[in-house]
Amino acid sequence: MELICPAGTPASLEAAVEAGADAVYCGFRDETNARNFPGLNFSREELRRGIAFAHRHGVKALVAINTFARAGAFSLWQAAIDDAVAAGADALILADLATLAYAARRHPGQRLHVSVQAGAANPDAIRFYAESFGAQRIVLPRVLGVTEIASIVRETSCETEVFVFGGLCVMEEGRCSLSSYATGKSPNMHGVCSPAGNVAYAERDGRVVSTLGGFTINSFDRGEPAGYPTLCKGRFVTPHGTGYTFEEPVSLDAGVLLPALRDAGVTAFKIEGRQRGRAYIAGVVRSFRDILTALDSGRSAPMTGLAAMSEGQANTVGAYRKAWR
Amino acid sequence: MLNSATPNAAPSGPLVLPPWLTRAMTPLPLGPLQPLLALTLSRIGRLHPELYGRLGEHAEKSFGIAPTDLPFAFVLEPRPERPQARAVRELPPGLDVRIRGSLSGLIGMAEGRIDGDALFFSRTLSIEGDMEATLALRNALDDARLDFGTLLLGCLGPLGTRLAEILRRQAGGVPPGPVASGGPSWN
Repeated sequence: MELICPAGTPASLEAAVEAGADAVYCGFRDETNARNFPGLNFSREELRRGIAFAHRHGVKALVAINTFARAGAFSLWQAAIDDAVAAGADALILADLATLAYAARRHPGQRLHVSVQAGAANPDAIRFYAESFGAQRIVLPRVLGVTEIASIVRETSCETEVFVFGGLCVMEEGRCSLSSYATGKSPNMHGVCSPAGNVAYAERDGRVVSTLGGFTINSFDRGEPAGYPTLCKGRFVTPHGTGYTFEEPVSLDAGVLLPALRDAGVTAFKIEGRQRGRAYIAGVVRSFRDILTALDSGRSAPMTGLAAMSEGQANTVGAYRKAWR
Repeated sequence: MLNSATPNAAPSGPLVLPPWLTRAMTPLPLGPLQPLLALTLSRIGRLHPELYGRLGEHAEKSFGIAPTDLPFAFVLEPRPERPQARAVRELPPGLDVRIRGSLSGLIGMAEGRIDGDALFFSRTLSIEGDMEATLALRNALDDARLDFGTLLLGCLGPLGTRLAEILRRQAGGVPPGPVASGGPSWN
């Protein structure tokens, strides 16, 4: 079982490696990756040095170029692919058919992973990516149950990777436009959901009110754990009542499901959070490394105890144990 | 809405200075702090020039940092040409960013020992103003791996640096984890 860990900066990459990552994933400092946040990500030189550091420690480095290319600007995505290959990336994480086609044609020996942003959620879609572009791994969207994942693994020859901890996108990944409507910037093309430039917080009588693009997303009472200002986890007044319409502020923690996911045939477990600090990355990676070590030696998995790191200080196993469709 | 969401007990937050200590510091003059702040900021810029690469245009912004357990606050203007940091009794109006939290939480976040998002979730950190500048500062600091003990004691020269290292070891910290062995290369 591989543990795939986030790295938003060179220091985070080293923290992930030292905490027990089997592979780290990172992106360039531009809109070619889906964590295009201010002050985050890697220059070309930083990526080259980061990959070299990972390799010196026997850790693989994956480069996420997983946004959808804008018309007229494809050269930006082509350059990212070429530069990541030149830097020694062990795999590229891609979502757009055009980037997959370009990478497969231009760099035929390069290992390709299909990003969660592609939303490949059934065997036919996965076979298409494998047969058309030689993709060797699919990062499955966070809408599948464990039994569905087991079924997909049985029906395809592609490796599968699933998220086990971190920010939980509950929408159709790669297609969600909620943030685009509120801000005019697309998570899928500009690489950032709820862009910081459109977010505001205000203290009002002990409450914190968060807004996105001028729309009120939430209002947290004094002492109430807070969450990110994303529309999918906002609290709204609707004709059906007042509250969380889609999802509460909560993070995924599938630590207790690792044995079931392993038995389902999953190849790799992924931790979300390239936008988080070194303390998050070191703590979460070490916790999941401990679980995997315990499982490998036949012991029961320890609890992660990572609530403090979680949005809203609450966790869920998400769709892995869903009772809805 | 997923039914499986389970709230967890709030973790113990960062240390907060006792109110009596805060009160005891209130009459102290801020004058002696100003050269120390200027020296520290100058050392940060000299030792961590990559920090400005991550700050980008936001290096020109003004950041108000108000420890909730201190009787004064700080105004930081990181501009690469003429960086300024000063202590103030209260944050002035017109700042681009205002950050509030306990002193230990703010230092822990600046040193990368505490995750800023986790502090925000726990409501022990509050931010108002330019969120792009805030994120750029947080990410730049997190990558810089600052150690304020070393920075401050480093003003005393090699002896101070050695002393800071001894203190850091005695204080403990997050020990480095096992380095994964890794498998054969894919490519």
